[in-house]
Amino acid sequence: MNEVTIRKQKIKKDSVKVRLIIFGTLAALLIICSIFSEYLTPYDPYLQDLSIAKQPPSAEHLLGTDRYGRDMLSRVIVGSRTSIFSTLLLVAIITALGTAVGVFCGWNGKWIDTVLMRISDMFLAFPGLVFALAVAGVLGGGLQNAIIALAAISWPKYARIARSQTLAQKETAWMKAAKLSGSSDLKIILKHILPNIIGPILVTSMLDIGTMMMELAALSFLGLGAKPPIAEWGSMMSDTRSLMTTSPWITFSPGIAIFISVMIFNLLGDTIRDYADPKGR
Amino acid sequence: MEPILKVENLTKVFSRSGQADFTAVNGICFDLMPGECLGIIGESGSGKTTAVNMVTRLADATSGNIILDGEDIAHLKGRELRKVYQKMQMVFQTPTDSFDPRRTLGDGIGESLRNIGMSRKDTRGEVERLLEKCGLPAEFADRYPHQVSGGQCQRAAIARALAVKPKLLICDEATSALDVTIQKEILELLNELRSQQGDNLSILFICHDISLVQQFCDRVLVMYHGDIVEEGIPDDVIGNPQNEYTQRLIDSVL
Repeated sequence: MNEVTIRKQKIKKDSVKVRLIIFGTLAALLIICSIFSEYLTPYDPYLQDLSIAKQPPSAEHLLGTDRYGRDMLSRVIVGSRTSIFSTLLLVAIITALGTAVGVFCGWNGKWIDTVLMRISDMFLAFPGLVFALAVAGVLGGGLQNAIIALAAISWPKYARIARSQTLAQKETAWMKAAKLSGSSDLKIILKHILPNIIGPILVTSMLDIGTMMMELAALSFLGLGAKPPIAEWGSMMSDTRSLMTTSPWITFSPGIAIFISVMIFNLLGDTIRDYADPKGR
Repeated sequence: MEPILKVENLTKVFSRSGQADFTAVNGICFDLMPGECLGIIGESGSGKTTAVNMVTRLADATSGNIILDGEDIAHLKGRELRKVYQKMQMVFQTPTDSFDPRRTLGDGIGESLRNIGMSRKDTRGEVERLLEKCGLPAEFADRYPHQVSGGQCQRAAIARALAVKPKLLICDEATSALDVTIQKEILELLNELRSQQGDNLSILFICHDISLVQQFCDRVLVMYHGDIVEEGIPDDVIGNPQNEYTQRLIDSVL
């Protein structure tokens, strides 16, 4: 009986590890592809040739061509750089910003904590994308503004997590011991609090990569993100939605690219969560 | 001789919204002479730990003075407060929890030394010397808290407390989480340190175990509901208790 349970646990642990390796490799491949995207394209993604416009997928153009005769495969590959890197940048910004605010609030307490947390409640109460639309609308279009708009609405989640984790850490005996060792507040935060709270925050940000990629694509789709002719998956879909019935491959190629990368990052986030959870191991 | 620690009218009041204020420590006064070991006993909730937290400035006192080595530390802040911790150190009740789980014991012990500007290499040597002084092999510096037993961890915690050569060592229930044989070993270690350092080390020993206090302390305070109800030499207090509460406390053990 006992042997069976141990075996089961071992299999479960192994499968989490295998998943971690698989999805980690896939995500790494995706990022490497986007870094070297300009060397991987079979054609120039910005070269227009109206004589071959709107061609369906063929051996020559694996994903067909768009209405200006640009090779879709090349555009999807080059678009990965804009889409994936702006997403990673966005997630990095909100993780750092939210964590900083949360740790500051949790550590200081008092009125500043109340004020900042009520502000974050306000942001949490708004439907995210609608608010991002308003911010992006005020700031004007462009990828940079889309990132700012999404960062402005997404940090409170991280602030909440970081704050509650900091509060829990603050009460531990080793925190008292660290104070008694004469370490300054900043040193205690950097050396003792951050390493102990970073796990759950990293898991959240991994899971958020997928969501943020979608929201960035949604803003671009609505015309508030990357401007044409820059290849970006969301705006590529939006530019061509009138052609959806006649030449569906033009809309579907970037759509499927979004679908696949969001899925890879979500599964990777899930796996990291399972891996980091000691009960799951 | 000047006392190393003089506590005057130390009070802690917790104000709770919508309820009456709760006085956890009610204007206590006591002295601790150099080289002396003072025990504080009392039941849970009698204010022992709150009093100690105020003395170490981990909690702010509502009112009162805490005079450590001639300096009132009750209102110090920032850098000046951090300097106080070179004179005063503490050993906690739960040994394993008193070390950061993500750092080695050596890191924890050396932290205060690094903070007073010791180089990494010197710190390492000093940490190993301290560990050996407290009866642990030097290679324990590379272990993590969960890799050692409670008793070993408490030895490391004592090593950490002694790193800056404090004049006052506070043991807040330092033996309560350990089993009896390890308790005895830790007390032996503390006794050894006392006889080595003489007047340079005073101990404030918070405990709820009367027999330990009797064995270990020169003088004892009995706390009840935030007040000091009795004070004296352990044998006198235990053999001939004057206060009603002390009588009950001692009866409950016998």
